[in-house]
Amino acid sequence: MTSGQIEIQVLAVVVAVACALPGTFLVLRRLALVSDAISHSILLGIVLGFFVVGNVNSPLLLVGAALVGLLTVVLVGMLQRTGLVREDAAIGLVFPALFSIGVILISRYADGVHLDIDAVLLGELAFAPFDRLVFWGWDWGPTALTVMGTILALNVAAILVFWKELKLSTFDPGLAVALGFAPALVQYGLMSLVSLTAVGAFDAVGSILVVALMIAPPATAYLLTDGLGRLLGLAAGFGAASALAGYWLAYLLDASIAGAMATMAGAFFGLAWLLAPERGLLAAARRRARQRLEFAQTMLAIHLANHEGRPEAEIESRVGHLGEHLRWDADFATRIVGGAARRGLVVERGGSLELTPRGRELAADAVAR
Amino acid sequence: MPELSLLGLALLSDYTLRTVALGSAALGITSGALGTFAVLRRQSLLGDAISHAALPGVALAFLLTGSKASLVLVVGAALAGFLATLLVIGVVSTTRIKYDTALGIVLSVFFGFGLVLLTLIQRRPDASQAGLDRFLFGQAAALLQSDLVTMGILGGAALLLMLLAWKELKLLAFDEDFGTSLGFPMRALDVLLTALLVVAIVIGLQTVGVVLMAAMVIAPAAAARQWTDRLGTLAALAAGFGAAAGVSGAVLSSETERLPTGPTIVLCATAIVLVSLLLAPRRGLVWRELRGRRDRRKLRLAAVLADLRALELQHPGDEHGHSAGVLSVMSGGAEASLLELHRRGLVKRLGPDAWTLTDAGRTETSR
Repeated sequence: MTSGQIEIQVLAVVVAVACALPGTFLVLRRLALVSDAISHSILLGIVLGFFVVGNVNSPLLLVGAALVGLLTVVLVGMLQRTGLVREDAAIGLVFPALFSIGVILISRYADGVHLDIDAVLLGELAFAPFDRLVFWGWDWGPTALTVMGTILALNVAAILVFWKELKLSTFDPGLAVALGFAPALVQYGLMSLVSLTAVGAFDAVGSILVVALMIAPPATAYLLTDGLGRLLGLAAGFGAASALAGYWLAYLLDASIAGAMATMAGAFFGLAWLLAPERGLLAAARRRARQRLEFAQTMLAIHLANHEGRPEAEIESRVGHLGEHLRWDADFATRIVGGAARRGLVVERGGSLELTPRGRELAADAVAR
Repeated sequence: MPELSLLGLALLSDYTLRTVALGSAALGITSGALGTFAVLRRQSLLGDAISHAALPGVALAFLLTGSKASLVLVVGAALAGFLATLLVIGVVSTTRIKYDTALGIVLSVFFGFGLVLLTLIQRRPDASQAGLDRFLFGQAAALLQSDLVTMGILGGAALLLMLLAWKELKLLAFDEDFGTSLGFPMRALDVLLTALLVVAIVIGLQTVGVVLMAAMVIAPAAAARQWTDRLGTLAALAAGFGAAAGVSGAVLSSETERLPTGPTIVLCATAIVLVSLLLAPRRGLVWRELRGRRDRRKLRLAAVLADLRALELQHPGDEHGHSAGVLSVMSGGAEASLLELHRRGLVKRLGPDAWTLTDAGRTETSR
């Protein structure tokens, strides 16, 4: 690996982790699509900032763009409060409009400058190492790395300092109000973090990838764990893993790094969806199958207990009779009887079933409940 | 309006312009009408997910067939968009992940995958990807007559199906449970409506682009919603707004240098929304403000009248004037109200600053 490759990977991981942290709160607060809105409309902020400052690398640009991101949230809120459009429509009205203004401004007035739409929308991580931060005669590494590192540190600090405020207002906004926390303030604070992170990441990886990195890793973590701390940790981990896996996928295919990172974030989510130990599709299917068997075995025990010691017991407890009485086909009946025998609920004597004391207990228990 | 008639002439004579205008009208009508249902059902942003998700479909269709015919690409886009919707529904119904998160994942991951495919195509030696780029931001000027035919047939079919299933779709939009209880296959209808929305979106992609197509689903319907409460009128109006935004944006952009089509159309649609939000009768913000002012003034006048009556009852006997100052203490800002009431003959002046009710005013307070 060349030093350039290492730098790109470090940057990718830093971006991914910085996005995953505020993204976790967006996912928990059902605000996932706000990241979509913010990451688009900050384009306008970058363009306007560029017109004012005249330099794409100025930190003022970041602040300006982050403010426009925040403005998006404010506008959506205002539009929603008029009661004329609902929240989803309000989001869908505001960000395309701001984004459109940004795109038009770029193509009309900023042609030829380092501000082309493709780079802004799609990002190009591969070029990040060329833009280096040099002062006091020392090469401090890629500028983007310094910027994103600062933003990551800011995110970590803000989450640690406002841990209980964030936690409370995320999970119980009503209680947060009652206790005198200001959920609206927390909300706008969080939105500022999201906006700033999106701006920083936007430059490196483009707007759509910001959405992928903010939403997919936290959602993957959400399928695997409870507990806010573990969730944040796991989300950061999946973000970093998506970044690295994405980099190498892009390297192998010679394709867009940003796109490959988003693809890998999606792949991790897909795997978790399928395989998560408790909430995955596979686990759910297996649980349903097991419950079906257990239920059938309980039914068998109740059936036998019902007829035990009665004149009809001789007929009712024959294995072949179960099909008629419980509407089981022969295969299923054999499987259930076999399973029940293994669990020690019944014993089979000459084609006729007999409850064990344990089976009797299970039947009595199930009926009593 | 000489400019307009010039534009009209240009529309009739210029082949490109006519193609562009017709294509954008078709896209506006279809997405406007079908967007109505998406907006009513609070699924506005599903359109965003579908349009972003269409990108890998376009790229895969090209990779597999090597063809850039719009029908092939549109079919690819539609399949990808439909798959994306199914995934969103699947994630929401089998996990604890919420709708917005599912949309966000599908939207960004599909788009990211689409980018990977686009860069792969770009690096192929034949480098024939030129033309796929326009799916990002749209390029109305690149529309061909054959694209028009594709758009017209697909859009027409989608609208026809919508009209055929009108009653059922109406139920779906307003009272899904009632529909189920009547025995309508509501899930199938949901899938049908989504499929129609997918068609509406993919036929607009070439003109508006995947990034902004969502706005064409949301904006016309959100604007039309301000003017009417009836579904039929709403859909028709949304179609009209969509067509207006599409045509004006596309024509503006193809007549102006360096004015990308998608963003221009979206800004035209946004302008229609703003006008509707402000000016639509009854719901519009301007009317609401005017009505609020009128109501506040009415209340102030009534309050002053009631205060005068209360004072009169406290001071029985001779006619007794009360100063504006006293009334202001009771209800605030009484001077202007007194003058207005005087003009209407409900109060009279006994001295320079001594007011009392007239008979008409007394009747008014006891109403």
